[in-house]
Amino acid sequence: MFLFGYSKEARKRRDQLATLTIAGLAGFILLVLAALLVYIFVQGISAINWEFLTQFPRQSMTKGGILPAIVGTLYLALGSMVISIPLGFGAAIYLAEYAKQGPLVSVIRLGVANLAGVPSVVFGLFGLSLFVTTFGFGRSLLSGCLTLGLLTLPTVTAAAEEALRQTPSSFREAALALGANRFQAIRQVILPAALPGMLTGAILALGRAAGETAPITLTSATAYSPALPDSPLNEAMALTTHIYNLATNGANIAGTRPQQFGTALVLMAIVLGLSLVAVILRARLRRSRKW
Amino acid sequence: MSEEQAKKKQGEGEGEVEAKGKGKGKPGELAIAGVVSITDGASLMEELDEKPKAPLKIPSLEGPPEPKETFEEASRRAIPLKPRLSKAERGSRLFFLFCAILAMGQMLLIMVFLFTESVGLVFSQGGSPGVSLGSFLFGRDWYPTYPDPSFGAFALICGSLAVTLVSTAIAAPLGLGLAMFLSCVAGRRTREFVKPAVELLASVPSVVLGLVGMVVIAPFLQQTLNLPTGLNLLNASVILAVMATPTIASLGEDALSAVPQDIKDASYALGATRWETIWRVTTPAALGGLSTSVILGLGRSLGETMVVLMVAGGAAQIPNSLFDSIRPLTSTLAAEMGETAIGSRHYQALFALGVILFFMTLAFNLLAWYLSRRWRTRR
Repeated sequence: MFLFGYSKEARKRRDQLATLTIAGLAGFILLVLAALLVYIFVQGISAINWEFLTQFPRQSMTKGGILPAIVGTLYLALGSMVISIPLGFGAAIYLAEYAKQGPLVSVIRLGVANLAGVPSVVFGLFGLSLFVTTFGFGRSLLSGCLTLGLLTLPTVTAAAEEALRQTPSSFREAALALGANRFQAIRQVILPAALPGMLTGAILALGRAAGETAPITLTSATAYSPALPDSPLNEAMALTTHIYNLATNGANIAGTRPQQFGTALVLMAIVLGLSLVAVILRARLRRSRKW
Repeated sequence: MSEEQAKKKQGEGEGEVEAKGKGKGKPGELAIAGVVSITDGASLMEELDEKPKAPLKIPSLEGPPEPKETFEEASRRAIPLKPRLSKAERGSRLFFLFCAILAMGQMLLIMVFLFTESVGLVFSQGGSPGVSLGSFLFGRDWYPTYPDPSFGAFALICGSLAVTLVSTAIAAPLGLGLAMFLSCVAGRRTREFVKPAVELLASVPSVVLGLVGMVVIAPFLQQTLNLPTGLNLLNASVILAVMATPTIASLGEDALSAVPQDIKDASYALGATRWETIWRVTTPAALGGLSTSVILGLGRSLGETMVVLMVAGGAAQIPNSLFDSIRPLTSTLAAEMGETAIGSRHYQALFALGVILFFMTLAFNLLAWYLSRRWRTRR
């Protein structure tokens, strides 16, 4: 009973107990992560073989592979980056390099920050209303890419702005002092220095786009497609929606568990692989940075 | 100092203020004009740096030198009142501004589209009477596909709030504990291992977590607690907590690490133990950032769709216990949107749910923003 009062002994005990608790919480979370990864790997690896990765689904998706879902997810994720990287980098350059503190900038910043918190399903509604209906793209890869692009835009912008801000201002001043105008300074000095950091953010956003489900169920995904999409206006399958369909309204929910976890494993490999690339890139960047 | 000089001095001071305000002084007063050129010159110095330099000219190749400029031209060149920007400079600047405005304008666009799609709900349409705002927000029956449909979103809102609160009750201690571990307890090596792991957990796709909830947690809850089904509020909250913990932990760690080392050192120097320092010094100093992290975690739980769609059960009822099946706003949207005709009553009602969801998350975000701002200005 040394937990109360202010004797030296009690304070020491409390300190030890609290440290143990905090470390225990951290350990618990790591354990959850490890258990999750191991469980999905063990459950999914049995389904994975060459056929699973390269074939179309057969027999109401209870047999066969997931090739169209893999291709669809890659199209959607990469296509969304085509939208969000130019716009996000442009917005970040404006915010970090051109904007002077003022009401316009604080409104833009607040908008970007709030946008990052808007639920993905609301983006799905927005995409459904704007791209699918108003623009008449229908439920298609194009609508899905545009929606995911807007969804990842705030993430890309925030990460790119952060990277730009970390470039030392001496770079900027040196370029300007040599007679470069601001655009030349940005293009030839600041961007090369900040680009790895900006790309790290973009890779993380790519992973996020690949892992999204709700927005694409509303704008582009189909449960089954007999061919790979050959136009941006085709519907496409995606890994995430494939898992959801198999697990909740498939023809044989319990019987297709291996396929569900196999698909989940492929998805995790793509998403976590991208995150890992970003994490490693960032660590190397931090080490190699000379400022 | 004579009275005249003092007066002049005062005039100068006023002139300076005015010059800053307007950018040019009154033409007649010499002293003021001098001040103007100094202040303007100073503010123009940066802009001068940006002015594109003319390419180097070699007189023998260029022919005879250009006629000498007049004094007036020379002085205008030395202090240009409006620096000329090159085309590339102006063009790129416009493009970047356009991107930034688009990034913000998206917020408005989303609002506009959600509103225009849902506003028809309150008007009568093709014989069916409009749904009043009160009966939509506080009506308890959500039967959108019945022949005589009723659109009462109260149970859905309650479901969303319940799952958000329960999941945050689980995630906040875990996340904040992890933040304290990362920022105050762990050594450098441990941190470099744990932090990427936490980020990895944050990037696990929600549909995968939902699958695990269905396959692992639901049967476990059903068997150990002897429930009719394991797909309920508690299950969804546990999975959402797994998703929200990394958010809270990483934002919380930023807040704790931003506390100046000096005051921690001061606390240790007074003989405080580590826990006393964390609890009585670091945490109070970082309180704004910590509460921001928890609120953003709340926002994440509120907006998450796939997990609640897969494991929350899906019954539109106001939950009485942790083991009730619920149907939050997000899962209603995702589940029902596929089956509705565009422009129908049901479609409008679903967009109206989107409006509610949008404003709930907006409120959380603004609260988080306000707290973090307040905290920053206080430090």
